[in-house]
Amino acid sequence: MVPLSYYLLLSSILFACGVAGFLIKRNIITIFMSIELMLNGVNLSFVAFAAHWHRLSGQVFVFFVMVVAAAEAAVGLAIIISVYRTRETLNVDQVNLLKL
Amino acid sequence: MTGFPTLSFAAALLEALPPSMDYLRILPEIVLSIFGMVIMVLDPLMDERQSRKTLGAIALAGAVAGMWATWRMARSPGVAFWNMVRVDGFSVFFHFLIIAIAAVVILISFEYMAVQQIRAGEYYGLILFGVVGMALMSSAIELVLIFIALEISSISSYVLAGFRRQEAASSESSLKYFLLGSFATAFFLYGIALIFGATGSTNVDDVSRALRSASPPLLAYVSVALMFVGLGFKVAAAPFHIWTPDVYEGAPAPIVGLMSTAPKAAAFAVLLRIVFAMNAPGPFWLIWVSAALSMTLGNIGALVQNNVKRLLAYSSIAHAGYLLVAFAATPELGTSAVMFYTAAYAAMNVGAFAIVSHFANAGERYVTLEDYEGLGRSCPLMAATLAIFLLSLIGIPMTGGFFAKFYVFSAAMKSHLIGLTIIGVINSAVGAYYYLRIIVVMYMRESRKEVPIMPVPIGLAWALAISTAATIYLGVLPNSVLRYAQHSAQEMVQQSAPMVQQSAPSGTATFGGPCACMRKL
Repeated sequence: MVPLSYYLLLSSILFACGVAGFLIKRNIITIFMSIELMLNGVNLSFVAFAAHWHRLSGQVFVFFVMVVAAAEAAVGLAIIISVYRTRETLNVDQVNLLKL
Repeated sequence: MTGFPTLSFAAALLEALPPSMDYLRILPEIVLSIFGMVIMVLDPLMDERQSRKTLGAIALAGAVAGMWATWRMARSPGVAFWNMVRVDGFSVFFHFLIIAIAAVVILISFEYMAVQQIRAGEYYGLILFGVVGMALMSSAIELVLIFIALEISSISSYVLAGFRRQEAASSESSLKYFLLGSFATAFFLYGIALIFGATGSTNVDDVSRALRSASPPLLAYVSVALMFVGLGFKVAAAPFHIWTPDVYEGAPAPIVGLMSTAPKAAAFAVLLRIVFAMNAPGPFWLIWVSAALSMTLGNIGALVQNNVKRLLAYSSIAHAGYLLVAFAATPELGTSAVMFYTAAYAAMNVGAFAIVSHFANAGERYVTLEDYEGLGRSCPLMAATLAIFLLSLIGIPMTGGFFAKFYVFSAAMKSHLIGLTIIGVINSAVGAYYYLRIIVVMYMRESRKEVPIMPVPIGLAWALAISTAATIYLGVLPNSVLRYAQHSAQEMVQQSAPMVQQSAPSGTATFGGPCACMRKL
C-alpha cells in the first residue's frame, strides 16, 4: 500500500505547480488551467485523507469541488470571451487599462 | 411487481429527509433563491425598458421577503441539516445586514440601470443569488458548506463586476476579480483539506473540540494560514489587496457598493467562526501583521488617488485593516466589535457609492475628484449627504464610524494590543486627509467642468435616507445594536468553548497520524 505521505507530497507538488503557473504564465487560458490544477491538487489530498480516516465524507467533498470548478469554468470562460471581444488579446500584460 | 422496491425506496427517502424545522432555518436562502429564479424566468418575457422597472421591483420585494424570512428564522434557533447550518444571534445579525445591503443596492440600481442602458434580468437575479451565498456563509458551520457558499457569492459577483459589457474596463475588472478570486478560493480549499486531514472532520464544532483536546499538529497551523490567505483576498486585506482598486474602478458603481460591504461582512463572519469558534491555532501574528499592513498601505494608497472609486477602494482596504485589529483581541470583545463595525461600515460605504453612482452618469464619465468641484453649491443636499458618509468614514463623533472605530480600538486596548492600537489611531489621522479632500473639493472650489446634475429619483432618495439614518442612528444610539452584538458574540464563543471534559471525537485518538507522516517526509 502506498503510504499517505506520498499522496500528500504529490498533492502539494500539484498545488505548487498550479501556483507557479498562475504567477509565471501570461496567457489567460493557461492561468485559468493553473487554477484548475490547484483545485485538483486539493482534491487528491481530500481523497487521501478520506482513505486515511476511513470517512466517506472526504470523497463526497471532491464531488462538490468538481461541481464548483465546473461552475467556475463556465463563468470564467464567458468572462475571458468578453475580454477578448473588447481587447482582441489573451495576454494579461496587455489587459492593463486599469493601472495598479 | 417492480412497484414494491420503488415504494420502499421512496419511504426510505422520506425518512432520510430532514425535519421541517430544518427548512425554516434556511428560510431566507430559500425565499431569495425563489425570487431570483422568478426574475430569471420572467426576464425573456419582457422588453428591455419594462423589465428594468418590473424586475427591479420583484428583486426589492425579494429582499424584503428575505428580511421577513430572517425574522421568522430568528425565532427558531438551533442547528439544521445534520450540523451543517446554525441559526444563532450571530448568523441572524449577518443575514439581516447582508439582505439590507442588497435591498439598498437594488434601490440604487433603478436609476443606474436606466442611465447606463444595462439589461436588467440577470443583474437583479445575480444580486439575489449572490446574497444567498453570503447569507449562507454567515450561518454555515461546516467548512465545505462555507466553501460552496463562498463560491456562490463569488461567482455571482465576478459576473456582476463585468456588467457594463461594452466597456473594456468593466470586463477587465471582472477578469481580474475572477482570476484572483478563484486563486484565493483554491488556497481556502487547501486549508479545508488540511484541517480535515489534521482532525478528521470539517465541522467547526468538531474541529474545535479536536484542536482543544491535544496540542494542535503542524498541519493545523498550515491549514489556518492557508484559510487566512483565502479569506484575506475576499476581505481585501493586505498583502492580498492588489486587486481591489482595479476591480472597484471598472465594476458598476452600485455593485461596488455591494461587493465592498456584503461579501466582506460574510467573509468576516466566516473568519470570526474560524478564528474564535473553531479555536484555530496561531492566527494571532498573521492577523497582527495583516491588520497593520492593510491600514498603512490602504491609507497611503488612498492619498494619491484622483478617481473617487479608486480612493474608496483604498479606503476599504484600510477599513479591512481596522476590522482585523479586532480579530487580534479577545474572542468576545473582538467578535462584538467586528459585528458593529461591519454594520456601520456597510451603512456609510453603500451610501457613499450610491452618490458616486448617481453622479457617474452614462458610461461612468464623472468619477474623478475634479468632477466633484462645486457640488456643495450646485447640489447642496447630495453634497451634504456625501459629507456625512465621509465624516463617518473618518470616524467623527455622532456618526456610526466613530463608535465602530472606538469599539475596535477599545477591544484592542483591553486585550493589551498597544502597538496595533497606536498604528490604528495614527492611520485614522492619515485617513482623515483624503476624506476631507473630497469635502474640501465639494465646498471650497468652483466647478470648472460642466457636470450635468440630474434630479434625484425616488429609489435613490430612499436608499440615501436609509443609509444616512443608519449611519447617524449607529452614531447617536449605538447601544441597542451593540448590546445585541455582545449578546450574540458571547453565545457564539461559548457554543464551542466549555466542552473540554466531554468525550472527544474518535479522530483525536490517532491525532499524530498525518503529522507523523509529514515528519517522515
